[in-house]
Amino acid sequence: MKYKQYVLVCSGTACESSKSKDLIDALYHEVLAADLGADIQIVKTGCFGFCEKGPIVKVLPEETFYVQVKPDDAAEIVQEHLVKGRPVTRLLYDPQQSKAHAKLEDIDFYQKQVRIVLRNCGVIDPDSIDEYIARDGYVALEKVLFEMTPEGVIDELRKSGLRGRGGAGFPTWRKWEFTRQVASDEKYVMCNADEGDPGAYMDRSTLEGDPHSILEAMMIAGYTCGSCKGIIYIRAEYPLAIERLNRAISQAKEYGLMGEKILGTDFCFDIEIRLGAGAFVCGEETALIASTEGGRGMPIPRPPFPAVKGLWDKPTVINNVETYASIPVILMKGGDWYAKIGTETSKGTKVFALTGKIKNSGLIEVPMGTTLRDIIFGIGGGIKDGKKFKAVQTGGPSGGLIPEQYLDTPIDYENLGKLGSIVGSGGMIVMDEDDCVVDVTKFYLDFSVDESCGKCAPCRIGGKTLLTLLDRVSKGTGTDADIASMKQLSTAMQRASLCGLGQTTPNPVLSIIRHFEDELNAHIKDRHCPAGKCSALVRYEIDEEACIGCTVCARKCPVNCIAGERKQPHVIDQERCVKCGACLEACKFNAVIKS
Amino acid sequence: MSEVQGQAAGVEEEDVKLTPELIAFIAEWKPQPGNLIMVLHRVQEHFGYIPRPIAFEVAELLEIPVAKVYGVITFYHFFRMTKPGRHTVAVCMGTACYLKGGQELIDELETLLGCSNGSVTDDGEFGIQAVRCIGCCGLAPVLTVDGEVFGNLKTDDLPEILAQFRGK
Ligand SMILES: Cc1cc2nc3c(=O)[nH]c(=O)nc-3n(C[C@H](O)[C@H](O)[C@H](O)COP(=O)(O)O)c2cc1C
Ligand code: FES
Repeated sequence: MKYKQYVLVCSGTACESSKSKDLIDALYHEVLAADLGADIQIVKTGCFGFCEKGPIVKVLPEETFYVQVKPDDAAEIVQEHLVKGRPVTRLLYDPQQSKAHAKLEDIDFYQKQVRIVLRNCGVIDPDSIDEYIARDGYVALEKVLFEMTPEGVIDELRKSGLRGRGGAGFPTWRKWEFTRQVASDEKYVMCNADEGDPGAYMDRSTLEGDPHSILEAMMIAGYTCGSCKGIIYIRAEYPLAIERLNRAISQAKEYGLMGEKILGTDFCFDIEIRLGAGAFVCGEETALIASTEGGRGMPIPRPPFPAVKGLWDKPTVINNVETYASIPVILMKGGDWYAKIGTETSKGTKVFALTGKIKNSGLIEVPMGTTLRDIIFGIGGGIKDGKKFKAVQTGGPSGGLIPEQYLDTPIDYENLGKLGSIVGSGGMIVMDEDDCVVDVTKFYLDFSVDESCGKCAPCRIGGKTLLTLLDRVSKGTGTDADIASMKQLSTAMQRASLCGLGQTTPNPVLSIIRHFEDELNAHIKDRHCPAGKCSALVRYEIDEEACIGCTVCARKCPVNCIAGERKQPHVIDQERCVKCGACLEACKFNAVIKS
Repeated sequence: MSEVQGQAAGVEEEDVKLTPELIAFIAEWKPQPGNLIMVLHRVQEHFGYIPRPIAFEVAELLEIPVAKVYGVITFYHFFRMTKPGRHTVAVCMGTACYLKGGQELIDELETLLGCSNGSVTDDGEFGIQAVRCIGCCGLAPVLTVDGEVFGNLKTDDLPEILAQFRGK
């Protein structure tokens, strides 16, 4: 080791927003001031995943793991830990058990995780190709170019059982094989980094934390399928990832790892970046191609599949970021090794963005087959604020809500499908007793309706109608007949929509009809929202006895519908009340009652 | 300072023109297939939005119908044809933020600023925009002002955040 100690600081988007840049500057400053510049290296890394507790700092070789570190803490870390060798206990994850929880592996959050895709995130500086290479980066590419035939690569992927992580779970080796078999003067390798699920950021963190792994895998795909041109389609909303990808591309070119005659062989490959512009449907592969071609991102019917007729009508292999990130490891360690992880039908690991009403929110990677309970109550630490678990949602707007009784289900493509949800790209959102399933489903439907491109009628009209029906339920005017219509409409949309967007839009609706009948019925039969979320069904009233007439609620009310003299009980005008709940929040005497 | 601002505010939409850099950028991309979206990104980066006359100029330079340019601009959420405020408050309405009160942040901002979601205050100082997951779900609910992220918010935090940007 060149340096005696390394200080790793997370600079993913979430931590950077919590001032990790200032923290890095402060650490530099303190290290120089302590004259330790020659012994200590400060490394800015990608996401550690433990975003809830960011910014994260890790000190090597002792592996001390500090959480929620502020720029002002830099002096203490340098003076105490680096100079005197005494860890700063108050910044450890669990200061009470400082010894036991000093290291990353000791924290529950990391115990059940297996990091393959995220192997380098939080470990290397994403802007340094040397650090990627030092962690076996580009070894797989070298092995493929010098020791493997394209058939050999496909065979290894087949053995690994890797399935696409973009949502559909299509075996990757098959897709590569199809593309390889089509004869064409030109072929394309595309990376789908359009990550559209609103509430998920797996691909973003991977790109920000380990951009070279994507480039390496795309080149391997190029060699295997016979293509020399790669395109990464990435959301414009991810500026940091774009910047790091651009830097990685120019570094790889500088090192002769990309461009002409890679590593002295006859293989040539170039990668270009194309920006998305905020349309969810562009994550669908045919729409993604239309958008890359510069037009409106509308899907077209398949077949022909992109493997036959894709970008500019040429054979195109499209994979998701996470799929690519798994490939260099698989080729290095072998398909058989990878296939040992996971379940019968779903191999390897999956990254999830665990968010919502969970204690430890963050980015996690677990073997397929891990149970939902292990993730939510083990890694995630359970529900926030001692509330009761209600549901977990996977697959974003295309997935479904899963209730408590299925928490012991091992996660894989088939199992979640049976429960009416999907593995999806990796959003996992936990809901507690305060969330209403009708309200949340309305949120997803609203999203899908907004994002429908309008090309096919089942999706354009069906989605809108579903939303109208569900809106009735949330207002207390829904009927049993509405539920029947929703089921019928859903089936029609699943069967007749042109692309995956319309086909999966009904999923959240169907999942609540199936798993949350009681809560739905409460809205229909009793005109009652058990969680108190559906505003049309809640009523705010002031308890005359408890109200002391302090006037705070009247002043807070945005529509001035609370009247009353000072020191006299106040009254809410129900006609004008917009049910925002501001009065409830403002009252210090528990005089506002929600019913 | 005020003079510059006055000038900026006085620029009529019809006066906006492509700068030499933008023209060069378009010329560079013109031979490449699928260039339109990349060009529009660059234009929006420069003006903060895509002014009408510029959309016409782009069509002319790329030798494509204006209808195609409009078709693309209106298809994608990211592109806008109205002038943004001097500061853009973007409230995350991704799932995690929605569950943790993103809508309340928007409601409160609308009250505080007196303009609705998707529009700009009369003095052109602030614009409110609902956006989707910005990748900081662990900090939900989240908003950004001119790209700077503020997380774990309560409605009470908003006046102070706005004050940091007002008049800057
Ligand atoms: C509406 C819709 C949105 C999608 N969004 C994404 C996305 O954001 N990222 C992604 O990788 N795949 C997305 N997909 C899946 C892609 O169409 C495609 O299956 C995937 O990119 C293939 O890569 P994989 O085999 O590696 O999963 C989406 C599909 C649909 C129907
Ligand atoms: S949902 Fe708001 S940052 Fe992800």
